[in-house]
Amino acid sequence: MTHHHDDDGGDGISRRHALECMIWAGTGVLWTISGGVPVSLNLLGAAQAAEAMATGFTFLQISDSHIGFDKAANPHAIDTLKEAMGKIQALPQKPAFLIHTGDITHLSKPAQFDNAAQIIGGAGFDVHYVPGEHDLIDEGNGQAYLERYGKGTKGAGWYSFDQNGVHFVALVNVVNLKAGGLGNLGAEQLAWLADDLKAVSASTPVVVFAHIPLWAVYPEWGWGTDDAAQALGLLKRFGSVTVLNGHIHQIMQKVEGNVTFHTARSTAFPQPAPGTAASPGPMTVPAGQLRSLLGTSRVMVKQGGQDLAIIDSTLADA
Amino acid sequence: MICIRLPARHMAAMLTAFALTAATSQPLSAADAPMVKIENFAFTPPVLTIKPGTTVTFRNDDDIPHLVVANDSSFRSKALDTGDTYEFTFTKAGDFAYFCGLHPHMQGRITVAP
Repeated sequence: MTHHHDDDGGDGISRRHALECMIWAGTGVLWTISGGVPVSLNLLGAAQAAEAMATGFTFLQISDSHIGFDKAANPHAIDTLKEAMGKIQALPQKPAFLIHTGDITHLSKPAQFDNAAQIIGGAGFDVHYVPGEHDLIDEGNGQAYLERYGKGTKGAGWYSFDQNGVHFVALVNVVNLKAGGLGNLGAEQLAWLADDLKAVSASTPVVVFAHIPLWAVYPEWGWGTDDAAQALGLLKRFGSVTVLNGHIHQIMQKVEGNVTFHTARSTAFPQPAPGTAASPGPMTVPAGQLRSLLGTSRVMVKQGGQDLAIIDSTLADA
Repeated sequence: MICIRLPARHMAAMLTAFALTAATSQPLSAADAPMVKIENFAFTPPVLTIKPGTTVTFRNDDDIPHLVVANDSSFRSKALDTGDTYEFTFTKAGDFAYFCGLHPHMQGRITVAP
């Protein structure tokens, strides 16, 4: 540790620069496994974050790129995705892989999928996708997504994999939506999940990712998943469960027992905080503010004012 | 049921024509206003009462796509981008509840009554 202090003068600037990149990469939330528990780096203090970056396994969550979106809230969603990927590529320690928590495209059009694949794939990372509802509105009701990203997946595109001692589960909660309902996992996927988790020991950290939040963020706007409780029930025996979602285009966090919930920002456009607007539609802000709402410390501070303490306690436990 | 797609201006011409015919025989009246606007993640009006044979136009005025689906699957639009419309002709009497296939908390109902 003394060595670190001695080096601060020389490393300070580069570390600070790296942290700025990570904070922007809240597009882009960089995750690390610390003591077997995933923690969000931009919730750590600067020194902890720098240390976590220098060692350990990181992966990065990107979400809601909405390629094809060109409305007032961001006429250039393709450019902000390019910027996000540029920031990720510039990280001094490369994440092991990316996860994309859905709404890759805005309207599931072939050109939109092509552009997204070119920009995201061009960065050279492995990317694990789940679909958002915007990715399944082609003529074939999801065929276009499955043809591109469905290889090796089950059902509507769910799957799991293991990396660095962490069990990752990718769930799809944007198909067969019911009138008046929220996100939906469905009986078939829940049965698969129960079977998938059988072989995983309770001490294995589990990361679950899906597009729509798996907790009731704001059901009045559809921000929740009807049968999430059944999935979470299957995850109760695990010591560490982290649930990563998108869909709501802002950071929200909650810790409940062994489960940490987190939603990522969009790379395309912000959405209003729950109940603060007439609808959850794209939020148009002065042009100079857009990038700060796609991921900077200011929004983090605002979110953190409510929930950071809870998350911190979890990090302390780790 | 039959789904008929017509440009909006044809609809307007038809409505004008109907309005000019005798009140006893016309299937539509000005009060029917067979248009459901989709704005702020809501169907307006949420309940629309029409006569059999009426074509209802759904128009998306949001910056986010929506998709109109009948609860009983009797009709389903494509994803409607901003400004896109979907038209469906209701031939049978009854209550037809529908929702947004992308945002299912959005719900509406078409009541078809002679």
